[in-house]
Amino acid sequence: MSQPVGASARSRASARWRRQAPAALALLPAAVIVIAVYIGAMIWTVRLAFSSSKMLPVFDFVGLQQFERLFATERFVASGWHILVFGVLFIAGALVLGFLLAVFIDQHVRFEGAFRTIFLYPYAMSFIVTGLAWQWFLHPELGLQKAVRDWGFTSFTFDWIVQPNLVIYTLVIAAIWQASGLVMAILLAGLRGVDAELWKAARIDAIPPWRVYMSIILPMLTPMLVTAAVLLAVAVAKLYDLVIAMTKGGPGISSEVPAKFIMDNFFERSNVGLGSAAATVLLITVVAIVAPWIYAEHLRPKRSGR
Amino acid sequence: MRVSPSLIGLAFAAALSSVPAMAAEPQKAEVIHWWTSGGEAAAVKVFADAYDKAGGQWVDSAIAGGGGEAARTAGINRIVGGNPPTMMQFNTGKQLDELVSNSYLANLDDAANAGHWKDLLPKPIVDASMRDGHWYALPVNIHGANWLFYNTKVFADAGIPEPKTWSDLLAAGPKLKAKGVIPFAHGGQAWQDHLLFDAVLAGEGGSDLYLSVYGKDPEKAIASPGFKHVAEVFKQLGGLMDPGMPGRNWNDATAMVITGKAGFQVMGDWAKGEFLSASQTPGKEYGCAILGADGGYVMGGDVFVFPKMKDANGTAAQAKLESLMLDPATQIAFNTKKGSVPARTDLDVSSMDACAQKGVALLKDPKKQLPSITYLISPDETGALNDVITQYLNTPSETPDDFVAKFAAAVKASQ
Repeated sequence: MSQPVGASARSRASARWRRQAPAALALLPAAVIVIAVYIGAMIWTVRLAFSSSKMLPVFDFVGLQQFERLFATERFVASGWHILVFGVLFIAGALVLGFLLAVFIDQHVRFEGAFRTIFLYPYAMSFIVTGLAWQWFLHPELGLQKAVRDWGFTSFTFDWIVQPNLVIYTLVIAAIWQASGLVMAILLAGLRGVDAELWKAARIDAIPPWRVYMSIILPMLTPMLVTAAVLLAVAVAKLYDLVIAMTKGGPGISSEVPAKFIMDNFFERSNVGLGSAAATVLLITVVAIVAPWIYAEHLRPKRSGR
Repeated sequence: MRVSPSLIGLAFAAALSSVPAMAAEPQKAEVIHWWTSGGEAAAVKVFADAYDKAGGQWVDSAIAGGGGEAARTAGINRIVGGNPPTMMQFNTGKQLDELVSNSYLANLDDAANAGHWKDLLPKPIVDASMRDGHWYALPVNIHGANWLFYNTKVFADAGIPEPKTWSDLLAAGPKLKAKGVIPFAHGGQAWQDHLLFDAVLAGEGGSDLYLSVYGKDPEKAIASPGFKHVAEVFKQLGGLMDPGMPGRNWNDATAMVITGKAGFQVMGDWAKGEFLSASQTPGKEYGCAILGADGGYVMGGDVFVFPKMKDANGTAAQAKLESLMLDPATQIAFNTKKGSVPARTDLDVSSMDACAQKGVALLKDPKKQLPSITYLISPDETGALNDVITQYLNTPSETPDDFVAKFAAAVKASQ
């Protein structure tokens, strides 16, 4: 009895293999690249973080020396705080604004297509362009402040971009301006998927629309919100070009971020060891944040056996 | 007459195959550099033309990016990867240390002895181009990094004579403010802050203090009252700058001096290119001065290095290049366009502008030849100090004592 079953299972397996072989073959180069380049480069970087490398990589071992210097470096520690403030405000701000924009468009406003394009447009621009535009706009002697003063309001002051303790918020503003359109697009797709019957039922029960959005629609949009939040979080971790274009890390070191610290040390400063140590710290931080989420999403045993 | 196609093919093949064997083939020299702005590109063309005229073929690999990080990164990767360019630009100084110690660079002793480089070049530049008694870099120019450029009309209107010291300049500040002019056009980027700090250190602190702060045993010099005084003057200069200073490019600051919106700028002599393209002449529309009693001229500059090549053709091309870069006519033509002064101090510079002549006159005195930080400290230390200096200038609450402590810590951490 068992033999035919085994044989048929084997033939099924071989049939499946024949079907999947081309696909597996096609994916092989990508897999090799991911493993060799990404993982390999990661291991290489972590290894260099424990070396005394300056301009060229050397493979000696100096223990935690680079990390000790790293955490004694005021600029790196400040960069960590900046990215934290930026990350929290940016993700929260972009989600809230993106949701409001999506709700606004979901009211079936006139010229919906035009609004959608306008809101999504900033996302089509690179961070470099965004940064340059906002730098001009916020510059006290070129942009908004000068314009308003020229109109006669001579005491008007809006010079956050040159104020060491406020400059980080200008980065947040520019980044929210750029990214909230993307959040809107994602959430709008979710809103459009909401069953019209739901709205009818809510109207019959005389529930105010804001209450429907907060208590019924928003929970339904959770997967979209998570997607948007992950995309935004990635943008936070690699924040570099916006800073370069807008503030170059200044005034002083008050808008420095970790990615810029790493790049500066790798190239301009010929300090591969310290740069690698900073990259390793950044990697550990990202993994520490992402790992619980990956576990929850993919690895946790599913409760309902599918 | 009928010729079979195969015969024609054969003839072509023969012609093609004989090309590499021809003796007249020009020696190709691929050169990596970062001279890409208008004046710089014109300057590097002087070298290219000179090499082409000598029978070579200059292959230009310009890689843009102001400070040259992109070009250096690309060049270093190619040298380490075994596909080196024939010649490559560096800033004079320590940037090439590791390439020398890992023996990637060719020894230039033959060309140096034949050309008497040691006698022609200022001693700090000789020192910065040699490692363990051998030549590894060919210096081509000297940039002055501590020039004061000022708008002569603005200064005359406010009744200010040409400043001679940093205190003169500080005293000029209120007079310029009274005239409604921004006194100091500064570009608030970390490297520019550092450039200004070094200018104050050399002028107000003096050459000896400058050399000890960036020397082998800096602790005592950094703890000295003289250094603290420099820190105070530096901070006071910050008070003469406008609120739009942070992040500004140096050429935008120069434009403020050109238009008379601001009184002066402290910058390297490459700023002359901006005045020139606004058709202003040194000594007329704008003035230039080196401040301080010692008159120390902070010398930056560029060198070429020659990576070790595997083929004889490349080595021959390198020898040809080595012999022509310091030629008097080439030096004058190149440096006139570049805004720098010739690397050798024995040339007749009467054809160059007033600022260049002032610079060359200073350089004739060995006591006034001050090496810039690229000669003296590693890029790592330079960067660490950039952070400390820019933070001090931009943080009103930071005192000179805080700054001195942070400066000392940064020097120690990066050694």
